Amino acid sequence: MRIARLRTNTPSANGDTQDLDLLDPIIAKYKGKKGNLIPLLQGAQELYGYISGEAFDKLSRETGIPLSDMFGVATFYAQFRLSPVGKNIIKVCHGTACHVQNAVEITESLEEMLKVKDGETTEDRFFTLESVACLGCCSLAPVMMIGDQTYGKLTGNEAVKIVKNIRLAAEN
Amino acid sequence: MTTTVTVGLGSCGIAAGANKTYDKIKALKESDKLDFQLKKTSCVGMCYREPLVEITDETGTYLYGEVDADRAVEVIEKHINQQDPIRDYIVYTDLFDAPENDFIRDQVKIVLRNCGYMDPESIEEYESREGYNAIKMIAAEKTSREMVIDTVLKSGLRGRGGGGFPTGMKWKFANANKSADKYVICNADEGDPGAFMDRSVLEGDPHSVLEGMIIAAYAIEATGGVIYCRAEYPLAIKRLNIAIKQAHDKGYLGKNIFGIEGFNLDIYIKEGAGAFVCGEETALIASIEGERGMPRKRPPFPAVSGLWKKPTNINNVETFANIPWIIIHGAEAYAQYGTEKSKGTKVFALAGKIRHSGLVEVPMGMTIRDVIFKLGGGIKNDKKFKAVQMGGPSGGCIPEYLSDTIVDYDSVNATGAIMGSGGMVVMDETTCMVDVAKFFLDFTCKESCGKCTFCRMGTKRMLEILDRITNGHGREGDLEKLEELAYQIKDNSLCGLGQTAPNPVLTTIRYFRDEYEAHINHKKCPAKVCRPLLTYKVDEEKCTGCMVCLKNCPVKAITGERKQKHLISQDLCTKCGVCFTKCKFQSILLS
Repeated sequence: MRIARLRTNTPSANGDTQDLDLLDPIIAKYKGKKGNLIPLLQGAQELYGYISGEAFDKLSRETGIPLSDMFGVATFYAQFRLSPVGKNIIKVCHGTACHVQNAVEITESLEEMLKVKDGETTEDRFFTLESVACLGCCSLAPVMMIGDQTYGKLTGNEAVKIVKNIRLAAEN
Repeated sequence: MTTTVTVGLGSCGIAAGANKTYDKIKALKESDKLDFQLKKTSCVGMCYREPLVEITDETGTYLYGEVDADRAVEVIEKHINQQDPIRDYIVYTDLFDAPENDFIRDQVKIVLRNCGYMDPESIEEYESREGYNAIKMIAAEKTSREMVIDTVLKSGLRGRGGGGFPTGMKWKFANANKSADKYVICNADEGDPGAFMDRSVLEGDPHSVLEGMIIAAYAIEATGGVIYCRAEYPLAIKRLNIAIKQAHDKGYLGKNIFGIEGFNLDIYIKEGAGAFVCGEETALIASIEGERGMPRKRPPFPAVSGLWKKPTNINNVETFANIPWIIIHGAEAYAQYGTEKSKGTKVFALAGKIRHSGLVEVPMGMTIRDVIFKLGGGIKNDKKFKAVQMGGPSGGCIPEYLSDTIVDYDSVNATGAIMGSGGMVVMDETTCMVDVAKFFLDFTCKESCGKCTFCRMGTKRMLEILDRITNGHGREGDLEKLEELAYQIKDNSLCGLGQTAPNPVLTTIRYFRDEYEAHINHKKCPAKVCRPLLTYKVDEEKCTGCMVCLKNCPVKAITGERKQKHLISQDLCTKCGVCFTKCKFQSILLS
């Protein structure tokens, strides 16, 4: 079970104010429909980047789905996040092809550069570093994905360079 | 004839920079008012040559490889403007010997018949390539459901998701259970790390999957269709959505489709939320229903009680993509390929330490050696071929000396691996088999849904033992303990995940026992992968004294002055490997 994902040592959600009204259209769309729980959670995450305690409360209150069921599903699937994430999520592929071509080096180099551990978010909430199972770009292994962009045939140093450039581009 | 220039825009092409190539060509075409048609297509399987650009003019077809934006300018200038094809960049053509001609010619493309040959976002192009002809034929000839099922049965098609269950039988069971509501589900939750054929089919030929589903729906009288697709495949989802809309607009989905009275079908996409176990059909159904994706006991099988407790038929992407071809060309045409018990072709995703990583489709019965050396071009950097991993976390490692094994369901099973969805991850002498086994077990341990004790706790215990072995704390008796746990997990798990999770460990112990023993008895990793078992030393010949390793060493185990040879203190070294990674002169030696 992926209990590791429940780590809470990411920047706290305190001080975040979420506009919970944004959830209304999603609730209206899925309320009362069978099999709606996952789409509701996906919708909430799409809005805020993660699912906060308040969002859980509101979804549960208005759809009548017990909080325990919601939490049970949210913690089962790798997709759902229960704490805030950075603006850019770096997904380092650790599929078989990437693994045998030293994906570990990429994660370690980025950990060192960003000063976070795998699964954590930087202080400034600009990057979140994650390992994923397989991005399906095995022919370009080792691979990482930032936003919709996939970067292939990487080394640790190249990955660091790419991430540095993204930060530079944002600062300018 | 108008000249066409086609750019391959599959996920792999895009990752290799194909969008930039496309934009460049588009800009050139507009600024210089060039006379050619610019088109998009998907992956032709030659991922190792991406980005690919195909030019077709009155003289023939030329496929250019590794066309980045700069090379695109050159190709357009020479080939289009001066009508002088650049031979050095051409990787495939009908007109002369090009480096990849054999790669294309040795394949038999049924599933991938359209991938890389048409615009996946155009229903017209699909229709111009026999698309929707199969279902139209069924409608025109009023072929009965039983006849359709019979054709699929006779073709010998078996489930391409890995199970290998005869597809026709599955349809027969689903057809036999009467109900007002029935469902057909396409399993596109390709979670097996190292396999990407489903992604490629969905991105390159989404309509063939839809048509396969429509035919299945006709055969079993289904009223609803769901494609359960991984959220990690955004491009596949985008193209599927386009395809579904186009099919609706044409009246190929909806009510009384293809003029068949009472044949109503809608298909929607359900995005998976990331759980490997959802590839198992009962878990997949639970997930569509919005539950935790946990498998349940069978029987009842989904054909009796599936989605919303209605009869349901689930097939994999590749299986569905085969169906229209089989209906049009007949069961015999399909069954002419393959072996006695495994008919047709199979798509393999070649990855790892192989020269030609990409997708190939070959008739069942080819030897693993031929797939890897003839089509795959052999091992990268002229290293020694060690093993091939087939079937992902449920499969196993087949050693080099068994590479004359033919690829069909039964022969691969006999080695202890499984055909699986067709991922082939090739490993060379620098891959540590204990590390590979640990990698897969780490994966299944994390992905175990937790329902069955043996799978939940057993994989964890096995992982702990493997961790110990790779950290240099292996003990006598560890291998026996691993094997004992493995068989208990296999025997006491409900679903395929648990029943197969120990396979990578069992096959590596079976074929590479000496490597395990080296780790346990001699605390050595022969492939030099397991860091705690290595010693890091400075190569005095090569060291330039640049101080990079020294500055980066987290425990200050390296000493030395600028421009003097450095030294690593073995007492202080924690074997983190940073010096090895950072050194630009390859002067850190592993032993």
